Amino acid sequence: MSLSDTLAGEHGNRWYDLFSRGTRDWLRHNEKIREAVNKALPDLIAHSDVLSRPEDRTVQVPVRFMEHYRFRLLNPQQQKGAGQGKVQPGDVLRPGQGRGEGAQGSGGNEEGGVSFVMEFKVDDILDWLWEELQLPNLKPREGSQVEIEDYIREGWDKKGARSRLDRRRTIKQAVKRRAVQGESAVPITNDDLRFRQLVKRQQPTTNAVVFFLLDVSSSMDDHCRKLAKTFFFWALQGIRRQFVRVETVFIAHTIEAWEFQEEEFFKVHGEGGTQSSSALQKAIEIASERYDPSRYNSYLFYASDGDNFMEDRHRARAALEALAPRMNFLGYAEVSGRHHQRLNTEVGVLFRRLQEQGAPCGSYAISNEADIWPAIKAFFTQQAEEAA
Amino acid sequence: MPAKLQEYVTRIEALGKQLGLEYYPVDFELVPPSFMMEVAVYGLPVRMPHWSFGVRWIYQMVQHKMGHSRIFEVVFPGNPNRAYLVNNNTIEENCLVTAHVLGHADFSHNNLLFVNSQRQAGYHIVEQAAAHAHRIDEAVEIAGQRRVEAVLDAALALEQHIDIHYPINRPDYPPPKKPAEPPPPDEFHHRFAHLPGSEPPKPRATGPIETHIPPHPEADLLWFIARYGPALEDWERDIFLAVREESFYFQPVFNCQIMNEGWASYWHARILREADFLPSELYLNAMKTHSDVVRPYGTDKQIALAINPYHLGFNIWERVVADYGIDGARRVMKEEDDFGFIRNYLSAELAQDLDLFVYEAKRDGEVRVTESNLHELHEAIIGPKYNFGAPRVLVDDLRADGTLVLRHDHNSDGRGLEPQRAQRVLEYVHKIWRRPVILYTVDARGEEECLRA
Repeated sequence: MSLSDTLAGEHGNRWYDLFSRGTRDWLRHNEKIREAVNKALPDLIAHSDVLSRPEDRTVQVPVRFMEHYRFRLLNPQQQKGAGQGKVQPGDVLRPGQGRGEGAQGSGGNEEGGVSFVMEFKVDDILDWLWEELQLPNLKPREGSQVEIEDYIREGWDKKGARSRLDRRRTIKQAVKRRAVQGESAVPITNDDLRFRQLVKRQQPTTNAVVFFLLDVSSSMDDHCRKLAKTFFFWALQGIRRQFVRVETVFIAHTIEAWEFQEEEFFKVHGEGGTQSSSALQKAIEIASERYDPSRYNSYLFYASDGDNFMEDRHRARAALEALAPRMNFLGYAEVSGRHHQRLNTEVGVLFRRLQEQGAPCGSYAISNEADIWPAIKAFFTQQAEEAA
Repeated sequence: MPAKLQEYVTRIEALGKQLGLEYYPVDFELVPPSFMMEVAVYGLPVRMPHWSFGVRWIYQMVQHKMGHSRIFEVVFPGNPNRAYLVNNNTIEENCLVTAHVLGHADFSHNNLLFVNSQRQAGYHIVEQAAAHAHRIDEAVEIAGQRRVEAVLDAALALEQHIDIHYPINRPDYPPPKKPAEPPPPDEFHHRFAHLPGSEPPKPRATGPIETHIPPHPEADLLWFIARYGPALEDWERDIFLAVREESFYFQPVFNCQIMNEGWASYWHARILREADFLPSELYLNAMKTHSDVVRPYGTDKQIALAINPYHLGFNIWERVVADYGIDGARRVMKEEDDFGFIRNYLSAELAQDLDLFVYEAKRDGEVRVTESNLHELHEAIIGPKYNFGAPRVLVDDLRADGTLVLRHDHNSDGRGLEPQRAQRVLEYVHKIWRRPVILYTVDARGEEECLRA
């Protein structure tokens, strides 16, 4: 009698159940949004508060529904409409809201005005970014003893543990044998079985440790902290991309230095002056205690506004020089609300010296969100060059 | 379909015929609510894919989840009519809906706009739209999603810009007439050419005839782009024409909504009233649904800032039947669309009975009831329906270098176009037209404004 009778069997499975056009087009819409967001990504992430929930490894970005544009008349000063109900001329049915919010009143179905939150996986974002910014992949330090022994798969054998049965090879063998033996052949024999074999090889280690040093003296305001935090976050994410296991060490300092857990780290507020050497010393201590340089690739990032006590200069320099050989790379991010930085501060000079001596390190001046991406990019590019 | 409902459907149909309804056969089908939701969004059961439908669909989903919208039925005119009832409606609701559908079927069989549109766009719009969707899927296979989407972005943005006064298979503009041959020399013409005291007439220019395309401002943008676009591929023209064909179907639906819904509501009320074979309890429950459908306001409200077309249409039809008899009403149903229906049959008296009013909404959100006469009320109701609900944008010129010149008829629309949106639309069109596209309109002060893409 109808479409369903001609197009579907007796027991359900009607044609319209097979797919949902609405879902399909909605997903396509979201895909388009993702593309659009993708383009504006570095901006978006720099501004959104990605670090508030680092454990989720997703970033929430508010986006608007896309609008399919059509010709529309200018919004008039006054729009007439017809309504129904017991009212008198002059009755005010809805009060004005002063300025703004204008469009809301006249057309409640303004599609363009609705926004929703889209969640992006940090990993996806990193992939996009690496593509967009054409960042090189980090490499484990070469030529060092950062190697460990590991089992890797190599070759096949007719005997082995069941869990290492290679089905594809086994079937291939069976097919070959049956082709020779003809019709009467058994599907699979014990001789067809192929097992993957393991051998011990020296592998560059895939462990990494990242030291984050943050100056929390009173001169570091919230703005500076936020910049430091964002920089740290993305540097860490980039390193995570390359290494299987990444451990982190968080050290905050004023004239003293303390180690913190990640959650507390960015909430720490200190009082008083700054002695960079305290944090660097702390890093040396922790590194030599826990992180054997032959087993770990080590990175260090230091964020500070650049101020340091004059009398600390020599100690800081000594500490840095002691630290440098242990590290794959040292990054210094100078954060401040001021513009026109030339990294001429106490700490800036320290790191520049170190670089002049040929140590793998780089300095970045960050005074607002827009500087973060160039800094990240500079870090990864430089790091790759150092490693090569 | 359950046997009980099937039986009622047969008897309701018999009663409808007896009461004078004329229609092509109706295929009823029970479908799940999700299907209805998609129909409400796409306008057709299977329609071309486009992301903008996805946005509308999610709105519909949200509204539905919040319980604000409920769709009982949908019927597509044609031969046969295709009617879809929701399978989780009660049997009372579906009886009502069946009678309602018959009202629609009668309307689409008789109303001249519908008759014309079906003669043009065919009697199988559901299948035709599915075929369009299929062709577009094929185009995606060949040209890729991005390119097809760009064409649909443009075509669907211009969806309302058709001209139903021309046939759907519209021929090209006629070639310009050749200038008339000079009359053969004879005595009269000789003397006429040499009147005493006058210069002899100059010989007529014989160069190539200036042709102007379009010969008159062209409202059917979809057709014009499909036909005269300088660099469209065939499958792109095909998509434009497919969208246009669907618009030819949608236009009378849009232009007769108040009449059509009112007519169907009138008939479901009447058929159920006269259907003595329905158990009285079923009738009561069905009438409850009826009063839910044709009530003017939301459940908890006393004032509505929009008029329920079911309610308004139903009341006007009741009045028309009372004043002119059922035959008179049928004549009105055949000949009018909403514009004529409202202007001619929504009287001041009825407007007062229904508590209709005109309001002014200011930009700051203030809504104030205004003093108004009947004419203003009519205009407030039908104003949003002029020209398929779209601003009047016409093709003004196709220049020799392929530039497309559009002109917005701001005089009849009363104000200019919103420039940002118009600019985006021009960009859609430009991607397909592939030559410059220019649009003239006016800005908020009434000064001419020229947009380019």
